[in-house]
Amino acid sequence: MNWGRLAPYFFISPWIAGLLLFTLGPLLFSLFISFFDWPIVGEKTFVGFSNYATMFTDDPLFWHSLWVTVKFAMLFVPLNIIMSLFLAILLNKKLKASSLFRTFFYVPSVISGVALAMIWGWVYNGEYGILNYFLSLAGIEGPDWLNNQKWALLAMVIASLWGQGTMMLIFLAGLKNIPKDLYEAAEIDGAGKVYCFFKITLPLLTPTLLFNLITTIISAFQQLTLALVLTGGGPLGSTYFYAMYVYENAFKYFKMGYSSANAWIMFLIVLFLTMLVFKSSSAWVYYENEVKNSK
Amino acid sequence: MKSKRLIRSGTLYIVLVFLSLLFLAPFFWMVTTALKSPDELYMFPPKWFPSSWQFENFGKAWNSQPFNTFLMNSVIVTFLTTLGQIVSSTLIAYGFARFKFKGRDFLFIVLLATMMIPWEVTMIPQYMEFNYFGWINTLKPLIVPAWFGAPFYIFLLRQFIMSIPKELDEAARMDGANSFQIYYRIHLPLMWPIIVLIGVFNFLSSWNDYLGPLIFLNDQSKYTLTLGLAQFNGMYDVNMEGIMAVTFLISLPPLIIFFFAQKYIVNGVSSTGFK
Repeated sequence: MNWGRLAPYFFISPWIAGLLLFTLGPLLFSLFISFFDWPIVGEKTFVGFSNYATMFTDDPLFWHSLWVTVKFAMLFVPLNIIMSLFLAILLNKKLKASSLFRTFFYVPSVISGVALAMIWGWVYNGEYGILNYFLSLAGIEGPDWLNNQKWALLAMVIASLWGQGTMMLIFLAGLKNIPKDLYEAAEIDGAGKVYCFFKITLPLLTPTLLFNLITTIISAFQQLTLALVLTGGGPLGSTYFYAMYVYENAFKYFKMGYSSANAWIMFLIVLFLTMLVFKSSSAWVYYENEVKNSK
Repeated sequence: MKSKRLIRSGTLYIVLVFLSLLFLAPFFWMVTTALKSPDELYMFPPKWFPSSWQFENFGKAWNSQPFNTFLMNSVIVTFLTTLGQIVSSTLIAYGFARFKFKGRDFLFIVLLATMMIPWEVTMIPQYMEFNYFGWINTLKPLIVPAWFGAPFYIFLLRQFIMSIPKELDEAARMDGANSFQIYYRIHLPLMWPIIVLIGVFNFLSSWNDYLGPLIFLNDQSKYTLTLGLAQFNGMYDVNMEGIMAVTFLISLPPLIIFFFAQKYIVNGVSSTGFK
């Protein structure tokens, strides 16, 4: 009898243990150490909010890496959404070979970030890379992408876009869920393609858009592997992302307390942005029942 | 009318082929570079095809570093994390889907909320924790957490289990089966498609993981493939053809898995309920 009541807890117990050991525990502990000066070897000293104060007032790298990340996000988020939506719309057309093309577009997403970085490092090579070769065909002399302060961040954006097929699949799933009869009805009323896109496709896709927007923002702020492998943050810090700043403070300079404070600021920024998007969503996300009601 | 449609689908095909070339060209470039001899590597304009195919590049590059060891480590980590995820996530999802208990809904919201926590925040305490356990520089930090389930997989599986008719459970219970037997004999076999899906997802994320190994491993004999490849990058005596050869070899297993599991991935994404 007693067993019966305990059974569900037995089944979910691994998750509860994992939550305490690897997520919630570390999360709270991270907040705790962010109030300490804690080199990995040696004594910890309580410093109150001084880690947080230092960041804002006395650490140019904090502002710099944050700015690099914001610039990256401002390019990456809209481009990624537009590109994956565009690809999904193309693939949603009735074509025999669309599953083949879907595979082609998705393939870069299954390989490792490190492999992806290696391939792009070679593509971007200033002297022998194919990117500059293609540009030279158009009569443009390409820069040495990864060693050029002006272009390195854009190079990161392009390489990141290449591995983002999952978003395309999610959009495609969203598109397939839009009832066909809506288009047929609109067509009978004499509506054009553009009208259909803005009045049917886009509104009905907004819940998917919301999901993709949030996950892209989060992934933009956590961008790290590509920069670690491709540029190491350079040239001249032009690809020094915030995540790299957190990482280096912890594992290069061993300032565990300070780095934890960095990480918490990042958490708060991401949380704030997510909330902002959520809050705004009531103004632009349509749910199906609303559409039905307004008919 | 018919010719108009033909033109339209023709243009669509041209656009799709062009875009596919953009997506595949870097891959193609990687493979042909891997097969070139050093003197053809640094030519401008680049040669698309090597004049003589250097298949021995693969062996040479692979053996220039202990990639066999790295492969072994990657295989161990990927296999054990995938097994762990399947065992624990199915159990946990079953618990959430089939029982009413105190705090269930609250715990489920917590589960979903934990997906939002950036890894950076828990990274340092986890490092300290594993250091305390004496796990740094072993494969344990990469494997053990997987045995406690992952929110995303649990969520997927729970959605799936809720679609299994409850009558099945009741019939089995009449026959004297207990909860665990219902999970093991009835639900587990039915969950198969989603299990394949999370197996593939986990294979990919574990095989491709770089930051975990980077932080938790420091002895070369413990390195995984991604770490080996990244370290390869900084060496002076290796050529681009070697780097590309190893990059290709490391990317091969995910590509093969993806090829066979394609329909599960695509259907899986569609079944997650995004509308």
